[in-house]
Amino acid sequence: MNALALEVRNLSFGYRAEEAVLHGIHVRVPVGSITAILGPNGAGKSSLLHVLLGLHRPWEGEIRYFGKPLGAYDRRSLSRTVGLVPQREHVPFAFRVEEYLLLGRSPHLGLLAQPTAADLRAVDAALARLGIAHLRRREVASLSGGEHQLVLVARALVQGAAVMLLDEPTAHLDLGNKHHTLALLRGLAAEGRTIVLTTHDPHLAASVADQVLLLRRGRVLFGGPPQQALTDERLSDLYGVPVRVVQVENRPCVLPQ
Amino acid sequence: MRRRFWWLLAGSAALVVLSVFLGRYPTPPILPPRLLESDPLAARLVLTLRLPRLLAAFLTGAVLAASGLTMQMVFRNPLVEPGFLGVSQGAAFGAALAILYLSPSPWTVQASAAVFGFLGLGLTYAFARRLRYGGWILRMVLAGIAVSALFAAGVGLLKYLADPLTQLPEIVFWLLGGLWATRWANFLPVLAVTLPALVLLYLARWRLNLLTLSEEAAFSLGAAPGRERLALLVLTVAATAAVVSLAGMVGWVGLMIPHLARRWFAADARQALPASVLLGGAFTLLCDDLARTAVNGEIPLGILTSLLGALAFVALLATTPRTSR
Repeated sequence: MNALALEVRNLSFGYRAEEAVLHGIHVRVPVGSITAILGPNGAGKSSLLHVLLGLHRPWEGEIRYFGKPLGAYDRRSLSRTVGLVPQREHVPFAFRVEEYLLLGRSPHLGLLAQPTAADLRAVDAALARLGIAHLRRREVASLSGGEHQLVLVARALVQGAAVMLLDEPTAHLDLGNKHHTLALLRGLAAEGRTIVLTTHDPHLAASVADQVLLLRRGRVLFGGPPQQALTDERLSDLYGVPVRVVQVENRPCVLPQ
Repeated sequence: MRRRFWWLLAGSAALVVLSVFLGRYPTPPILPPRLLESDPLAARLVLTLRLPRLLAAFLTGAVLAASGLTMQMVFRNPLVEPGFLGVSQGAAFGAALAILYLSPSPWTVQASAAVFGFLGLGLTYAFARRLRYGGWILRMVLAGIAVSALFAAGVGLLKYLADPLTQLPEIVFWLLGGLWATRWANFLPVLAVTLPALVLLYLARWRLNLLTLSEEAAFSLGAAPGRERLALLVLTVAATAAVVSLAGMVGWVGLMIPHLARRWFAADARQALPASVLLGGAFTLLCDDLARTAVNGEIPLGILTSLLGALAFVALLATTPRTSR
């Protein structure tokens, strides 16, 4: 097994006392792998991502990136290690894609520093990599859902974090854009980036993940390879409705019964 | 973009120079430059009255616009203005209180306005911390509305209690805003507070962009959103309280100018902040030139900025935004 990019041990967390939203979570994520956190709405997927990001302090348990506890990273070095791709983000001002992507360089710049030509080159590279150079001068608010999603992934590339946390990366995408995004994620993992994403779509988990975590009401029901995670019994349990999993071209396909 | 900025800079500088000679002495609207050498009264008028006043006008507009832009970005809301966290109404209450119960000297009124402006922010912040509803931004906005309303009620009460022949006109005139009382002695302390604040805001201009992102996105990009937003707020409020204490209620500059700057330059604060400073300064100086020159007497500055500002705002919203740079 590869070295671990992320290791979570016995993690518990809640926003209010006595109301835990995450209970005793264990996860081991190898470098260069894709982990899908699968669960129904309100299972605690986004909360888990935010705790992994360091935004909230866990009640209990430990989070380690590359063997080093999260608490031992300072803000800037943590933001160079872990990056977030949020769900579609509301931007109240008319930033252009280029300016928006440049913000991805913040972890590499001082508090009062200004981005330079080298930072712009990182933006160029990310735009080229995702094939969206034509969006450079567009206003972010004018982008379609698919374009916006690609721009958010591009910002994480500009950030250059070794671990990328993606919150519902394909929730607003059509079939073509979904395919494009998943291919991109596979490519990033092949380059050695570690990817953790949340989704409520079992097909997505089946088609891209090396490891699937089934999360229900803040507890991990099962964690393991997609073939073992995505079974009739486990998914029926997860979603609370009877479902059947059939194999289509060696991939699990979920049908509600 | 860069060319447009240099034009703005040159235009602002030209306006400042022109304003030195604009006025009603010896005859409106202009003072012939050579009179500065031959007429000692003209020289004294320009040096002791007009110069501090026009610098104060420019500074007031620059600070209100820069603070407005900063607050809009920090609160991720293009409709907030610098006085809304209880600062403007607090300052108004402080000024009215001083006119009524302390002494009506400009110094006392200014100091009391500054103290109560800060008290307004302090109350807003304390109140927001106790609210158990919504996120940080919503709580600050709600608390600001409540505290502003409290002080506005207080101002109403003081106006009711004031002597209608002596004190009430003073209060009303202060509330309408104006720079007629500006001298070097009360301008320099304001400059000492606002100049460092403007410099710090300018240095943080790129960071401001980062703070317009969602909490988790800003955090993931290395920011400490809560702490950084609070630091910028204290900076803008200090600067705003200082200029409000000098100029009274000068409305619409802090709301309208940032919109104009974003429209004419870019949403990116690297362009929008310096553009706001210059546009706000030039706009307020122009209004103050009108205020002291247009009629025999003085038009309150706040009336002119509100009138022209609101008209410009409507014109701005009625025209379609440009789509390419």
